[in-house]
Amino acid sequence: MTSKMPRQAPETVAAVWLNETQFCTLDDLAQLSGLSLAELKDLISVGVIEAKSTDDDHVIFQQHYVVVARTAKRLRDDFELDHHGLAVAVHLLQRIQELEGQLSSAQAQLMHGRLSSDAAGDA
Amino acid sequence: MKYTDYYAALGVERNATKAEIKQAYRKLAHKYHPDISKDKDGESKFKEIAEAYRTLKDDEKRAEYDQLGVHKAGEEFSPRGDFSRQYEDADASFSDVDMADLMAAFAAARQGGAQGHGQGQARQQRPWPGQDFEIEEPVTLEQVYTGAEIDVSISVPEHDEHGLAHRVPRKFRVKVPKGAADGQRLRLPGKGGQGLHGGKPGDLYIVMRVLPHPLYRVDGKELFMDLPLAPWEAVLGASVKIPTLGGTVEMRVPPGTINGRQLRLAKRGLPGPDETMGNLHVVVRIEVPKEVTAQQRELYEKLAAEAGFNPRTHFDKFQRGST
Repeated sequence: MTSKMPRQAPETVAAVWLNETQFCTLDDLAQLSGLSLAELKDLISVGVIEAKSTDDDHVIFQQHYVVVARTAKRLRDDFELDHHGLAVAVHLLQRIQELEGQLSSAQAQLMHGRLSSDAAGDA
Repeated sequence: MKYTDYYAALGVERNATKAEIKQAYRKLAHKYHPDISKDKDGESKFKEIAEAYRTLKDDEKRAEYDQLGVHKAGEEFSPRGDFSRQYEDADASFSDVDMADLMAAFAAARQGGAQGHGQGQARQQRPWPGQDFEIEEPVTLEQVYTGAEIDVSISVPEHDEHGLAHRVPRKFRVKVPKGAADGQRLRLPGKGGQGLHGGKPGDLYIVMRVLPHPLYRVDGKELFMDLPLAPWEAVLGASVKIPTLGGTVEMRVPPGTINGRQLRLAKRGLPGPDETMGNLHVVVRIEVPKEVTAQQRELYEKLAAEAGFNPRTHFDKFQRGST
């Protein structure tokens, strides 16, 4: 005889969507990524992370930068990078992502989603 | 507990120097690191490599690991020596313990107190934050269009009364937000690994991967799809039914539509996080029948004779005689 294991009911969780329309503070970025404030300021100074000023002179960041900062932390740890190397690596990664985005955008607009001989007509 | 051969993972001998271990790790990290590698198995390979390097680069951890003895990769074994001494009297079970979790627990224990692990209650003091986890979840374009609830499953380490980490399955129901994009993350605060000694639990990050759709291609909020047309529909114009994510709509194709022309259906694309709608772009693709009957062929020939249409007139000035 086999006994059935009780099925675990999922726990409903309110998730935070890390996108461009929601914001967080520099301290949040540091806490969530594990980077130091100095390291984050480094990334801000080279433009990898962009700050936004509020009307009351506070500085906030789009929540998707949490992902950028976490990636930076991972690269720092996994490749044992210093501040300068880290900024260069993250900057180049972002550039690659931009180019991949442009490529994907161009592919989406093509017939069949790819270059083909029968896509030669005027758009 | 299953044995993981950290030396084999890095491809080094058991007596490898620190420099050799570092060199081997760097070489493999460049190949498999998930942030830079396109290898579809890169993430799991890198996890094993990183786990091996974390242990072997540290003299104390490497000594602990070496005490486990030599086993075949994947072989079931029970820890022995100093490594497990503190758990022997506690009747702790290692059967479902992941080796990486065990090594992490020892690291936490060692750093938790000034006297190192195995030194009684002193190591129980300092809070140790839980680990963050990141998993990928496939979502459909339809789910992104409307917003939808999905269930995600993960096994996270939880510590028993002896401080040993056991993998425990967890299931969460989360909302995929309307307008979510491929690669975006959802953060589930406190749903990662358990903290130790009052440390905060880690977070769980869900990477949403939008599955390819058989009809639509995605560019941000804009959607693109092919519209196959018969030659006579392209010439004469037609009214066609277009399936959109929000329901079928009727679209008028103007007469004289050429191959590759884009027709736009406003606000029939994807929603953005700001609730504005993208457009659906329909890319005309003129198809011809693969086979024609004798009667159809006759009609085409008649059309060819009567049409007087030459789509290659601009070739004329480049013609230099034929071979």
